[in-house]
Amino acid sequence: MEDKLTIADKTFSSRLFTGTGKFSSSQLMGEALLESGSELVTVALKRVDVQNDQDDILAHLNHEQFHLLPNTSGARNAEEAVLAAQLAREALKTNWLKLEIHPDPKYLMPDPIETLKAAKQLVKLGFVVLPYIHADPVLCKRLEEVGTAAVMPLGAPIGSNKGLKTKDFIEIIVEQSNVPVVVDAGIGAPSDAAKAMEMGVDAVLVNTAIAVSPNPVAMGKAFKMAVEAGRMAFQAKLAQASTEANASSPLTAFLFEDEA
Amino acid sequence: MTFHDIFSQYHWDEVKASIYQKTDRDVEHALRKTGKRDLEDFKALISPAAARYLEPMAQLSHQLTQKRFGKTIQMYLPMYLSNECQNICTYCGFSLDNPLRRVTLTDGQIVREVEVIKALGYDHILLVTGEANKTVGVDYFKNALKLIKPHFSHISMEVQPLDQPDYEALIPMGLNTVLVYQETYHQEDYKKHHPKGKKSNFKYRIETPDRLGKAGIHKIGLGVLIGLEDWRTDCFFTALHLNYLERVYWQTKYSISFPRLRPFSGGLPPKVEMNDRELVQAICAYRIFDEEVELSLSTRETEKFRNHVIPLGITSISAGSKTNPGGYAVEPQSLEQFEISDERTPNEIAQIIRAKGYEPVWKDWDGVYS
Repeated sequence: MEDKLTIADKTFSSRLFTGTGKFSSSQLMGEALLESGSELVTVALKRVDVQNDQDDILAHLNHEQFHLLPNTSGARNAEEAVLAAQLAREALKTNWLKLEIHPDPKYLMPDPIETLKAAKQLVKLGFVVLPYIHADPVLCKRLEEVGTAAVMPLGAPIGSNKGLKTKDFIEIIVEQSNVPVVVDAGIGAPSDAAKAMEMGVDAVLVNTAIAVSPNPVAMGKAFKMAVEAGRMAFQAKLAQASTEANASSPLTAFLFEDEA
Repeated sequence: MTFHDIFSQYHWDEVKASIYQKTDRDVEHALRKTGKRDLEDFKALISPAAARYLEPMAQLSHQLTQKRFGKTIQMYLPMYLSNECQNICTYCGFSLDNPLRRVTLTDGQIVREVEVIKALGYDHILLVTGEANKTVGVDYFKNALKLIKPHFSHISMEVQPLDQPDYEALIPMGLNTVLVYQETYHQEDYKKHHPKGKKSNFKYRIETPDRLGKAGIHKIGLGVLIGLEDWRTDCFFTALHLNYLERVYWQTKYSISFPRLRPFSGGLPPKVEMNDRELVQAICAYRIFDEEVELSLSTRETEKFRNHVIPLGITSISAGSKTNPGGYAVEPQSLEQFEISDERTPNEIAQIIRAKGYEPVWKDWDGVYS
C-alpha cells in the first residue's frame, strides 16, 4: 500500500516540504526543489511581486510537481497576517497558507497569542491553515480546535540548523495530535530530518540547510532520501534501544530460588 | 530610561584604552566561542590585535551571514528630496555655510524621480534630506510618503531626528525604516563638528533610536561617520547602542552602516583614516558579535572593495546612487552631498552579485506589513 500524506484536500507522496528563500538564484532553487521531490513549497508573499506575472521566483516554481504554500513572513500581528493571507490567496490562487507571525525579528520566534487569533479568523475565511509555532503541545491542541489543517512546531530557531532541540515536546505533540504534525525550522542535516520522521512526525519543512549548501541540488536529494528512510523506519517499528543484556536478575532471582 | 543613561556610565578614554589592550588570547577566545559573543568579545574583534586574524574572522563572518541571510544581497537606492539645511556640519556638503544652490523637490519632481528609480528595478528606497524643519518638516514628509508609497514595497528615511509623535504619524503612512547615524559618540568632538543648528544637541540625537523604538518602527539603522574620531571606540559604542536597543525594543530590526568620510567640495579631510583592512575587520566584527543585524554598504566605497566584500558579511547595498536632490531625472548635474566612488549601474552591480554566487533581491517586504 502506498504511504501517502493527506492534508485537507491534498494528498502528497513526498513528506518533505521546502522553502524558497536564501538560494543563490531562482533557477538553482527550482532545480534543487525538483530533485528533492518536494510537492509543497512555501513562498513568502513579501518576496514575490504579485503584480508582475514574470516574477522570477514564481516562474521557477511553475511546475506540476509543486503546490504553493504562501507564507506571511513579515507579519507582526494577527491583523497583518490576515491581510497578507487574503492578498496571497488572490495573487497565488490558493487558499493554503503557512501562517507565521513573528514580532521578534531577531530570532523570528512565533507569537502564540497572535497566531491562535489569526488562525481562528483564517479558518473562518476558508483558508487551509498550517501554523508555524513553538513546540508547545497545548497550543497545538488549541489550534487543532479552531480548525487548522496541521500544526508546524519548530525544531529549533529558523535558520539555526541546530536540529531537533525541541524533541521531547514534539514527542508529546505527535502523541496527542489529531492533525498532521510537520516539523518546521531548525532542521540542519538530513539526519535531523530522518530522526524527526522516525519519531512519527508526518512531514518536515526544510529551507536553509538546502539553500545554503554549496550543492543545493545534491542536498535536496539527500533530504529526500533521509525523509523516506526515516518514514520507512517509523513504519517498520524502530527497535527500542536496550541496555546491555544481563544474565543475572538481582531483583527477581528470589522468585526462582525454589527451582534451583 | 534611554540609552543616554547607559552611555553616561562609560568614559571614552577608558573604553578606548581597554580596546587597545586586548591581546591575541582575547581575540582567539572571541573566535572560538560557540555561544553568543558579548561586548568584551566585540572589543577584542575590533582591537589592533585582531588585525592578525582577519582571514579567520572573514571565514566566520561569511559562514554566519549565509546561515542567516542565505546567498542573497538586498538592493536599495537613496533618493535625495532636499539639500536645504540649517545645520553646520564640518564634513558635509549640505552644511549651511557651504555655498550651494538649495533645492527641495516639488510633487511633480518627486514623481519624475520615482519613475526613473522604478525603471532601474528598485523596490526598496531610502529618502534623504538635510535638516530644514520649516520647509522640509513632518508635513513635507507626509506628502512625500503619500506620493512615493504606492510605488515601493519598503521605504526608509534618513532625515533629521524627529519627535516620537511625528514618527507615530509617519509609520502608518508607509515609513518602514529610519536611519539615524550618531556621527560620533565622542561628545566633545561631536560639538566641534556640529557647532550650529538643532543637530548640535548630542542628547537629542543619541536618544532618537529610543523615540523610534517607542513609536514602534519596523527597523532602525545605526552607524557612525568613520573618520571623525577613533573608529574602534566609535564602533564599540555603536555595538553598545545596538545591544541596548535589541533588548528594549525587541520588536524592531536593526541595521548598521559604515560610512567612511568622503571628500566634498570645500570640506575638511578626515581626522582619522580607516583603511580597507580595518573596514573589513569592522564588518566581520559586527557580524560575529550579532548574527542577525543587517549590514549595509553604500557607493562611497570603491568598485574593487565592493566587489570583494559581497560575501564577507554585507547584506544590503546600493548601486547607481545619486546624492543630489533630483539627481536621477530632474537635475542630474547639480552638486552632490559627497562624491560617490562606485558609479556602476544597478544592472552592472546585479551582474557582479550573481557572478559571486549571490542573488540580488529587489523586493523583500510588502506594503501590507507595517
